Parts: sequence; structure tokens; C-alpha cells
Amino acid sequence: MSLRDGPLNDMKPPLAWLAVAALAVALIAAIAIFVADRRGAPLFPAASQVREKFDSVMGPVEAVVSAPAHWAREGVGAVSAYVMAGSQNRKLKSELAETRFYGDQLNSLRDENARLRALLGVRTDPPLPMVGARTVVDARGPLSNTRLADVGADQGVLEGNPVLSEHGLVGRVVGVAPSMSRILLLTDVDSRVPVLIARTNARAILTGDGGPTPKLAYLRTHDAPRVGDRVLTSGDGGVIPRGLPVGTVVQSLEGWRVALDCDAAPIDFVRILLFRDFSQLVAPGAMAPKTLPPLTTAPPTPTPAAQAPATQTPAPQTPPAKVPMAKAPKAGVPVIQSAPARAASSDL
Amino acid sequence: MAAGAVQPLNPLRWLALPALACAGGALIFAAPMEALGLRLPEPIFALVPAFAWAIIRPSILAPFALLVLGLFQDLLWGNALGLWPLALLAAYGLTAVARPALSGQSFWTLWAWYLAAVMAAFALACGLTWLMAGEAPDLLGLTLQGAVSALLFPLAWRLIDAFEDADIRFK
Repeated sequence: MSLRDGPLNDMKPPLAWLAVAALAVALIAAIAIFVADRRGAPLFPAASQVREKFDSVMGPVEAVVSAPAHWAREGVGAVSAYVMAGSQNRKLKSELAETRFYGDQLNSLRDENARLRALLGVRTDPPLPMVGARTVVDARGPLSNTRLADVGADQGVLEGNPVLSEHGLVGRVVGVAPSMSRILLLTDVDSRVPVLIARTNARAILTGDGGPTPKLAYLRTHDAPRVGDRVLTSGDGGVIPRGLPVGTVVQSLEGWRVALDCDAAPIDFVRILLFRDFSQLVAPGAMAPKTLPPLTTAPPTPTPAAQAPATQTPAPQTPPAKVPMAKAPKAGVPVIQSAPARAASSDL
Repeated sequence: MAAGAVQPLNPLRWLALPALACAGGALIFAAPMEALGLRLPEPIFALVPAFAWAIIRPSILAPFALLVLGLFQDLLWGNALGLWPLALLAAYGLTAVARPALSGQSFWTLWAWYLAAVMAAFALACGLTWLMAGEAPDLLGLTLQGAVSALLFPLAWRLIDAFEDADIRFK
């Protein structure tokens, strides 16, 4: 008798049906998790916490896993620097000669700039604090382009902080754990960054699609971009400060795209700008709520009984008082309101 | 199939070990490695067991193992949670439906079917991402990642070869 004809064969239909049921349950669970991980969904905070915990655990693990890659890169860099020392020396000398010329120009322009600023009274943005980090996880597929950096909330990193390499903007922080943070790269399909073209000041939204060169979407200008135009952050929306280098314009079959500056070298070390919003760029004292002036009222309306002495002794001249809108006038005490204040109170 | 290499169907060996190997592979390939301006490809290792488990035999544990593997990938890469579990389960489900026709097929025929399963998983993941982000993912990137994932079929073949004949109730 073969096993196929034996008692074991009786197990086949229930097990097959149970397998189908298990697949259905797993599918329903996957759909539920997918729906719950949307912004605004009731379970979204729980999903965010799971991400934070995972990043906290996986960060050190991946740091160990990626250590050989870092060592190999440093080793290759050291060897190539040794082998290429002669040609590098010649290249650096020519660059130094060129830089001296630009250095003189820079000093002259810096001086002129400072005098013009003083003349116009322009207030420039103060320098922003930043923290350095090393990336340990690199998701680079077409559906996700993120990195995990080894600094987090303990170092003052917040969600939304812009991230730069030594060449330009890399992305922004989208998740923060105590010692790790998740960086959404400019190339990610979810990434949208307001930018401007430096030559024309034209605004656009840099839209990632998983490819190496993000698109320039919603480009608003009468002056068409040119290949090689510099692209900077525009600061619109207040998430990323203005003027960070992003890349240069390139043309593709579907339209204008941007070749990112940060692609010039591997993104293994990054700087995270501890930028919250534009309120950070002014003195905190200036933004603090001021103490409202004390409530001053007009002198009480003289009653007929009190009019006689009042005629003998004239009341001191008190300037008419303006009452702040937030303060309700005391009952029976007339106040003089400015026209806008009256309009506002009538609206109320 | 090499009948001599058949192993008993121990869940630790046909489910847990391949799942751990996939997680380890994803971890290693998530390291920021770059040489001469070229970066490592990022294959979807979990598609290998998703295809092989469906062919070996119907299983209660396999869909949940794929759910966990997909969630691990989403958390590692920063995807929306549930994206890769859905894609992997879709590939598993389609392969399981086609299992009566696939069982005992040759290496190249199964590779063609594996390619179809990979394409189905990528189509679903791409569609969901497009739906969420409002932007179609880069087609060239998708093709490259799909091609690299399809090249992993010999691993799936090894897994199938080792365990397909272990449970004759489903032959």
C-alpha cells in the first residue's frame, strides 16, 4: 500500500483549506497594517513607535554589518590617494592657483556686501546649529530611498530637519528615535521639496520618483530653465531654509530634472541642520508675547449731582484711552475705541 | 529533481532558516556600499521563499512568515508598513494557485513562472506606491531591481529541490 492510499492522505483537504485560510488571514492583516500606517489613521502613532523601536535596535546592528564596507572604502581611499598622489598634487596646485584669484574676489565682494547690508539695514539669517552623523542603512530601490543616521532625539534632531552632505542637500528627517534618525532622500518617491532656479528665481517643487534625478514639477516661470542652471532650496513652506544647494538642471525626455550635488560623492557622513521653522531665525525674545499695557479708562461720566463741583474744579485733562480688543470694557464705563477696534467688536 | 537530496519537512529547515537567510541578505545589502560610483543592487530576497514555499506544499505558517519578512523589509527600508507583505503574499498566492501546473516542471519553466511572480509582486508594490505618493516610481529602477530579484531563482530552485518531495500528500 502506498502512502498516498494510507491514512495520511486524509489530512490533505483540511490542511489545504487551513493553508488557504492562513493566506487570507495574512492578507487581511497586511492590508490592515498598510491602512493603519497612513498619516491621520488612528493607529498611525503606534506604527510610528514601532518604527522608532526598530530603528533603535537595527541602527547598532547595521552599524556592525556595514563596518566592513566603511573600512573597505577607507582602505581603497587610502590606497588610491597614495597611488594617485602625484597627479593629485598637480591637480591641487592648479586648483589652488585658481582659488587664489577667486579668494581675492571673495574678499572684495564680502567687504562690499557687508557695507551694502549695513547701508540697507538688511538682517541676515543667523547660522544654524547642526550635528554630524554617519549613515548606516541605505535603502536605494525605486520604491524607497531612505537612510538611517546614527544621531537622534538625544542630539536634538527633530522630524523635518534638513540633511546635507558636504556637497548639498540630501533630504530631510522623517523619523526620530532617541539615537537614530530616518532620512528621506530627495530621490524618494514621497519626497517633495520647494526649490528655486537661482538664475531666474523661478519656483518649482523637486519631486522624487526613485530615480537618480528628481523632477522639477510645477515649474512657474516665463523664462525657461537652461541646462546647468543652479537649483537651490526656496524656503517656501518654512520646512527647509532658503539657499541650500540642491543641484543643476538637466533635461530628460519627460521634462526638466535636477542632477543632485550630493551625488558627487558617497553619502556616508551627513550634517543635520537643527532647523525648526523660520521663527528660529529671529531672536527668541522678540517672539515672546509682550505684557499688555495696563487697562486705562476714560474718566467716569460726571453725574448731575457731581457736576456742580466739577464746574468749580475742572477735571485734569486725560487723553482718551484705547482699550485692547481682547479686553472687554467694564460695564458702565465708556471707552473710546479706534475705528478698527469698533469694527472688530461689532463683528463679535 | 534530485531525489537523493530530499530532506524531511522540518519547519525550522524549510521555513525558519530561509526566512532568516533572507533577512540577513537584506541587512547586508542595506549597508551603504559604493565603489567607483556604483552602488550594490537591492534585490528582494524574500521573493525566493515566497515562490518556493508555495510550490513545496500548502502551508499554514508560510503566509505568516512572509508577513513578518515583508514587515521587516518595510521597517528596514523605511517603506509604508504593509507594502512588501502585500506584494510577497500576492506572489505567494498566485504561485499557490498555479501550483498543480508547476509541480515537477523543469528548471527553465519554473524560472519563467518565477519571473511572472516577481513581476506580479513588483506591479502591486509599484501600484500601491503610485497610489500613495501620487508619483509613478522610476521605471528603469523598477526594471533593474526586478531583474536582480529574478536572478535569485537558482536559490528558489535549491529550496524547492530540497523539500518538494518531502510531503507526498500534496504531490
